[in-house]
Amino acid sequence: MEKDKEFMPRILAFLCNWCSYAGADLAGTSRIKYPSSILPIRVMCSSRVDPLFVIRAYLNGADGVLIAGCHPGDCHYDKGNYYTRRRFAMLKKIMGEVGLESDRLRLSWISASEGPRYAKTAIDFTEKIKKIGKNTAKNEIFL
Amino acid sequence: MTKTLKINKSTEQGVLEFLKFLLESDKVNGVFILKKINGDEAVAYSLVANPEDLKDAVPFYPLMPVNAGKLLSRFTLKGSTKKPVVAVVKPCELRGFVELIKREQGNLENLFIISSTCGGVYPTKMSVDRTIEKNLSKYWDAVKRGESPSDLRDACRACEEFIPYMADITVDLIGKSDIDKQCTMFLNTKRGEELAKDMKGEFSEKELDRKKLDEICERRGVEKKKLFDEIDAKMKGMEGLINIFGRCIGCHGCMRVCPICYCKLCEFESPNSEYAPSDYESELGKRGAIRVPPGTIYYQLGRMTHIGISCVACGSCDDVCPVDIPISIIFKRVGESVQKLFKYVPGKDVEEKIPLITFEKEEFTEVEE
Repeated sequence: MEKDKEFMPRILAFLCNWCSYAGADLAGTSRIKYPSSILPIRVMCSSRVDPLFVIRAYLNGADGVLIAGCHPGDCHYDKGNYYTRRRFAMLKKIMGEVGLESDRLRLSWISASEGPRYAKTAIDFTEKIKKIGKNTAKNEIFL
Repeated sequence: MTKTLKINKSTEQGVLEFLKFLLESDKVNGVFILKKINGDEAVAYSLVANPEDLKDAVPFYPLMPVNAGKLLSRFTLKGSTKKPVVAVVKPCELRGFVELIKREQGNLENLFIISSTCGGVYPTKMSVDRTIEKNLSKYWDAVKRGESPSDLRDACRACEEFIPYMADITVDLIGKSDIDKQCTMFLNTKRGEELAKDMKGEFSEKELDRKKLDEICERRGVEKKKLFDEIDAKMKGMEGLINIFGRCIGCHGCMRVCPICYCKLCEFESPNSEYAPSDYESELGKRGAIRVPPGTIYYQLGRMTHIGISCVACGSCDDVCPVDIPISIIFKRVGESVQKLFKYVPGKDVEEKIPLITFEKEEFTEVEE
């Protein structure tokens, strides 16, 4: 019973096909344990993530949104993740300025060989979101 | 020092003389300028080729029916005219146009730009109410003193970017007590100098009176802070956003008049933004109730990410909002914070890239985790 009450966040994770998704795969095949809070969506590049996706996820009640891509310099498309970083900085700024919880967003670089790093990211982010609590946008009617 | 041309006539008359000279001497083929509609209080941007038709032209009329940046973009979208055209526009309109050029929605070829230090404009509603003409003398008195009448657009009273960037010729207008007697034009570029060649008048070299303009800027900064503080007090979190934008009727007028929004098919009007019955069902299951159609906050936040970086704070969105949401101040507020993040001034330089389509390898590491 006690266990049911514990808040398990729902975190949307946009994982780039070439690095982070493979990293998540590696975490799985290496049998590293991480929370079931993450809902992965595979994208071809982290720069495919339109800020609108993130806003929509947030308004639909996602407790956290993770964007993960190749380390800077390692992008499969040479420079996609640099654009991601700029866009992410902008989005975080805008959310902060209008008083929304920009802490619910996270950008991480996870390579295909970093299964443990992926698991650690999932664990850390889940813990952080647990501390922040539920996203109340889920209950808003007049969005 | 910048080359100047001084004409001993009122500023408006001087500029009109100059435009007439340009048409008559065949230096330009047309003039893009604000013109009164049948002497009424309504004005519209028009292209004029016949010098006679300049008689109803009002280059510095304190009204912006449509942001001219948007119009110049439509004018130059498919290329440029064979013969040059000169456009007289306000600084924020020029900035809007420059931002559109960066998005490949226009070009500066065969287009000369005349702009001025700007005293701001009245809301278009005042042209509907026919209250502009009787305010004109008050307006020009305030402009001479470098002040802003309190009934100007909010965005104008809070505007600190009233000196044009990228103009071939800048007309000295605000904070200048002798605009009834004298017209001073700064020839900023080689193109501007060529245009003014052979014009009757006094040529010399001068700089804009920065000290005076800085004082005006400071006063407007105070006004800006006041408006920003008001917005900040309201715009706190989701509840604040819903309180502010809740009354939005979704007409998308702000998007349509925005000089930065140019997409032929807007994401927010595309099928992507439509809700199917099953979507409503899933929303109902989750929330218990839902606004129909949903998407007000999504639209506003989305537009902030789309145009915030390039918002020139012209205030056109405020003008058209049927439910009086202070959109222009909200967007100016959010836009400036983003622009500051990238040290970007929209519309300053046509060669400078929009920050979101460029990058540096070592930057913003603080957003990574």
